[in-house]
Amino acid sequence: MMALRERALVSPQSVPSLPQHVRIQYDPVRQAFAVLSPEKVFWPNDISLDILRRCDGRSTVGHIIADLAVDYDAEQEAVAADVIAFLQEWSDKLLVKL
Amino acid sequence: MSEPLLPPIGMLAELTHRCPLQCPYCSNPLELLKANRELDTQTWLDLFSQAADLGVLQVHLSGGEPTLRRDLEQLIAGLSARGVYTNLITAGVGVAEGRIVAFAEAGLDHLQLSFQGARPATTDRIGNHKGGHEKKLETARRARAAGLPLTINAPIHRHNIEEVPEFIDLALSLGAERLEIANVQYAGWALTNRDQLMPERAAVDRQAEIVAAARERLSGIMNIDFVPPDYFAIYPKPCMGGWARDAFMVTPDGTVLPCHAAQTIPSLSFERFGPRSLAEIWADSPAFNAFRGTDWMQEPCRSCDRREIDWGGCRCQAMAIAGDAAATDPACAKSPIHARMAMLIDEAQRAAAVPSTDTPFVYRRIGVVTEPA
Repeated sequence: MMALRERALVSPQSVPSLPQHVRIQYDPVRQAFAVLSPEKVFWPNDISLDILRRCDGRSTVGHIIADLAVDYDAEQEAVAADVIAFLQEWSDKLLVKL
Repeated sequence: MSEPLLPPIGMLAELTHRCPLQCPYCSNPLELLKANRELDTQTWLDLFSQAADLGVLQVHLSGGEPTLRRDLEQLIAGLSARGVYTNLITAGVGVAEGRIVAFAEAGLDHLQLSFQGARPATTDRIGNHKGGHEKKLETARRARAAGLPLTINAPIHRHNIEEVPEFIDLALSLGAERLEIANVQYAGWALTNRDQLMPERAAVDRQAEIVAAARERLSGIMNIDFVPPDYFAIYPKPCMGGWARDAFMVTPDGTVLPCHAAQTIPSLSFERFGPRSLAEIWADSPAFNAFRGTDWMQEPCRSCDRREIDWGGCRCQAMAIAGDAAATDPACAKSPIHARMAMLIDEAQRAAAVPSTDTPFVYRRIGVVTEPA
């Protein structure tokens, strides 16, 4: 298994997943969800967590956006911009696989 | 306390001081513990369990060389059962066939492999171990074959700073997700060898440019973490993220420390796991509370607006250079003795300019410094 040798760009057709070195875990001590990665622990807010949980290796970005727009009762366009920017940032840090 | 006590997030477990390499900047103390002082399997498992209860989410298994512990698979399995993110920090030399797969099966999350050089001759010379480089390459391949995520760790100093571009290519060729370009910290063995290890200013500047460019070029391809060299800095690093703030470490005999070099501060005494629980040590140990938060600070730290960014920098460096563990880290431009850092750099350059016979380093090994009775 080789790491990606090219920077991946988010598109509505991308199917994001969490790479093997990243995992979301509930921390009973702090009563919060943590994202664990080599050397770093992240504490995602509710929206980030909702995006990351949908990165299941099956759903497309387009599907995730539509899903979140319904859940948050928000305009799909606004949601799309936020989700794509978030996933691109996390992909660039190798925390999300596209 | 200036802020409430939070549970620790990370723990570094130095399972053993034994190591097949003899790097002259080893972060182990000068007085290395022999195998008969190491905690047994069950005690480590108890300690890990208490760490998880306390809130530790990530454990870095280190040494010395942690794979010299024959019970490493068991220790990884114990951590994995508690959901702790487990990172193995190895030199990757002499790891028996099949063990990397066994670590992965036991639940290891990530493997960090050190390379002393990007070229075989450099790796072998710095670690004082012939054939080391080839063995490391093999360990990297096995880690990838076992499906383990990989970080390459490159400790940087005068003798390999020009190899930084090659380290980047090496890490890419090995399929690493992450590369640490970590300039050595001058404590312990590295302090002993400081004049031999200190890079030249021009090389440090070149390195910073190379790393910055590579980070941009490799965005989304490979993460590069850069630990710049303290002596050339303007501001100090937030050592350990702040003393006893969210991480701690444990030595092979179960002594619990706020950082690697904490035992170089003579006014502090440290407690061992066993007689006291981890929770008690974390909350109550006078050594942990000595430099926690900001109340202990003197000027210029006390009124500095960066006091909760860098937490005063490194206490051990303050001890080593200012002679006062509560002083501002001399790496900081606001330290009254910051100029001493530049003098130490110059001194090292002069020492390096004198052609020596062949005694470049004091290689780390047990017994160079005798253990106290």
